[in-house]
Amino acid sequence: MAPSTSSTVTLDINGEKHTLSVDHRTTLLDALRERLDLTGTKKGCDQGQCGACTVLVDGRRTVSCLQLAVAAEGREITTVEGVAEGGRLHPVQQAFLDLDGFQCGYCTPGQICSAVAVIEEHAAGWPSAVTDDVRPEAGPPPLTPEEIRERMSGNLCRCGAYAPIAEAVARAAAQARAGAGEAVA
Amino acid sequence: MTTAPTTGRTPVTGAVGTAHIRVEGRDKVTGAARYAGDVPFADLAHGRLVLSTVARGRIRSVGASGVLGMPGVLAVLHHGNAPRVDTDYTGILGVPPDPTAAVFQHDRIPHAGWPVALVVAETPEQAREAAEALVVTYERQPHDIAFRADRPDAYPVDGHMPAATEKGDLEAGLAASAHVVDAEYTTPEEHHAMMEPHAATARWDGGRLEVVDSNQGTTWVADELARMFSLEPSAVRVRSEHVGGGFGSKGLRAHQVSAVMAATALRRPVRVVLTRRQMFSLTGYRSPTTQRIRLGADADGRLRALEHRSLNQTSTVWEFVEPGAGPARVMYDADAHRTVNEVVRLDVPSPTWMRAPGEAPGSFALEAALDELAEKCGVDPIELRLRNEPERGPVSGLPFAGRNLAACFREGARRFGWAGRDPRPGVRRDGRWLLGTGTAAASFPAGALPSTAAVTAEADGTFTVRIAAADIGTGARTALTLVAADALRVAPDRVRVRIGDSDFGPAGLAGGSMGTRSWAWAVTVAAEELRDRLLPGVAVPPEGVTVRSDTTAALGALAQKERHSFGAQFAEVAVDVTTGEVRVRRMLGIFAAGRIVNPLTARSQLVGGMTWGISMALHEEAVRDHASGGVHGADLAGYHIATHADVPAIEADWVDDPDPDDPVGIKGIGEVGIVGAAAAVANAVWHATGVRHRDLPIRPDRVLRAGGPRV
Repeated sequence: MAPSTSSTVTLDINGEKHTLSVDHRTTLLDALRERLDLTGTKKGCDQGQCGACTVLVDGRRTVSCLQLAVAAEGREITTVEGVAEGGRLHPVQQAFLDLDGFQCGYCTPGQICSAVAVIEEHAAGWPSAVTDDVRPEAGPPPLTPEEIRERMSGNLCRCGAYAPIAEAVARAAAQARAGAGEAVA
Repeated sequence: MTTAPTTGRTPVTGAVGTAHIRVEGRDKVTGAARYAGDVPFADLAHGRLVLSTVARGRIRSVGASGVLGMPGVLAVLHHGNAPRVDTDYTGILGVPPDPTAAVFQHDRIPHAGWPVALVVAETPEQAREAAEALVVTYERQPHDIAFRADRPDAYPVDGHMPAATEKGDLEAGLAASAHVVDAEYTTPEEHHAMMEPHAATARWDGGRLEVVDSNQGTTWVADELARMFSLEPSAVRVRSEHVGGGFGSKGLRAHQVSAVMAATALRRPVRVVLTRRQMFSLTGYRSPTTQRIRLGADADGRLRALEHRSLNQTSTVWEFVEPGAGPARVMYDADAHRTVNEVVRLDVPSPTWMRAPGEAPGSFALEAALDELAEKCGVDPIELRLRNEPERGPVSGLPFAGRNLAACFREGARRFGWAGRDPRPGVRRDGRWLLGTGTAAASFPAGALPSTAAVTAEADGTFTVRIAAADIGTGARTALTLVAADALRVAPDRVRVRIGDSDFGPAGLAGGSMGTRSWAWAVTVAAEELRDRLLPGVAVPPEGVTVRSDTTAALGALAQKERHSFGAQFAEVAVDVTTGEVRVRRMLGIFAAGRIVNPLTARSQLVGGMTWGISMALHEEAVRDHASGGVHGADLAGYHIATHADVPAIEADWVDDPDPDDPVGIKGIGEVGIVGAAAAVANAVWHATGVRHRDLPIRPDRVLRAGGPRV
């Protein structure tokens, strides 16, 4: 008997479970786009260089073109379609929209997923390559434009919307901090 | 609040000129917007192109039988079995088709990465595996890809402008000049690298060919497909609703043609998506250029002689000129004035239009040369340009339809803080960084293409605009909504604009900074006539009232003028004396670019162009491997474009500059943002280091090798 070249997997995407049979070679990106009609996640290079296919896997940003679908079983996957809460845009989405943080829109789903994670990574105290004080007790560095640009640099935008994207991330992060402050108070 | 359209004469003015978020913006931030490769089709088959691995030769064999038995494989198309297509025509852009798109017509290989087969299978994975397994053998011939200034086989070519212009005695003018600049500049091969790869799905639907594509003009692509496949124009429908960037590359390409061939052979929908690597040989690029500039000026910097010669490469199958010498015909006058554009044919892929073709590389050389002249004359670079402002077109003698370059420089200098700038190079330091500032002028032609539009008053009080426009990220859909709203004198939320469908009737393409101007003209004419037709108090019938427009005659009657957008670019750079790294710290562009329809998206587009300028100045360079003839590192890791960390706060703004001959006052903003931007950066690098970098990109190794103050 020839070895099987496909498997049945159950993927947890945006809080919904999908059971499907996939070719072992199928990437998470292709499973989303070609099998589950979740085409919000975009294919820009298919080799992990542009960031257009960025999704959140267990809350961490991941380029879905470098992840096999069979390896994503049991992980919580969030795509751009799952970022909004009900009919209400996520603050990152709203800031992209209001500040024109995109032009053609093709890199946008990846930029948005990346930005959502950047804000969480920063709040959790993760340093970046431009963070001056990386001691754990130093806490999160100020989320300066330089910090945002460094942390977002894995997401290319050929239209050149970098300036408003950085503004949008700063605005959404400020809102998240204000929201966290309210929750504590 | 909604009012009936029949009372639509209530003036709701001012949509044009006020900031509006993109009408499709919500779809784009939620992932709902469907691009060409996102549109679902039942029974879809997937095609994967196979490209040549040799740079010149002939195909000996295509081992189709070796892959036809592989799982899911449906067909292998190649020169031995593909249908013949017609390439003997002139398309609506006035040029013959690039034979690279007319796939599988013969066994000759004119360059590396030439399409030799299409493998079609049930799934993308199966198509990919079979395409990689397909054995193609070649008779290899020696290739020549050596691009250099002294090619004896270079020859002048008319593109969309004459190859050469000349007046006066250049040598005498130079000899009589107090100051002379004579320098060579080079720009490398550059690629569009839009984020969305080219993708098309073709199918036959009741005797009509339908193609869902990503392109810059559905009229353009539908026309090319009809001619190539010898179909009635009405038998082809091309749709392209959302486009993930184009920049000149998204016209007729191998993916659409091969998808149509496969859909015809298999009688089912076939999708062909190019891989990122395939895009480097199949979708055009900006040719490298070598340029020589000679400027002669009197003691106070007034030009007596100007020569600009530009050479670019093209393929052996298609002649494309990158007219780098074009900007000099608009920007600066001199009694002796000569400009020449030449090409040389090499065994390379066909280059094509890429954002500001001619102006982008040409302005780098010209505006860098002006900076060198300013240094020699001891005149401030802005003052030098103001002293050389021409009254009329330097070559054409035609009047300018507005030339507000001086206003751009004045406003830019004020906001950038140019006054009191120390002209000496290499004297400002910030730790290990040398600092400098630079400026350059920008211009880009303001044109318009004939277009038709239909505007319908619906019975429910809304309006629908239908036009075969393309929104490739420009914000055209939103701009046209605002233009239509003003022409109809209603609020923008009552206007729905539908674009990207060749069935809407002929319209110009998104290119040459002409899109929004061309379409806005047609929409305005139709909307104004519709407004006149709607009688107050008379209900709109259930089927609506539709008015169509066609701007062909109006454009034909336009007075001949030098019609351009202008701009002044400013950059501040820091050069790391230890690594040679150049970083742009801030950038400002002030433009005179006609009436600005939507300030929010216009700013984005201009800033985007300036970002391209940073990228061109410092990062972009496709390097061809002489052994293989292909680009090495043909991907987004090997081909560097600016990313977030490379781009500082960039400001773009504009001065009032409505075009009096345009119904809306538009000129065009798609390309002027990149023009002069790389020169401003390069001039700032000189100001920082005292070294002229005449070869782009200004890489760290070039900075270190060139030396300079403690570099």
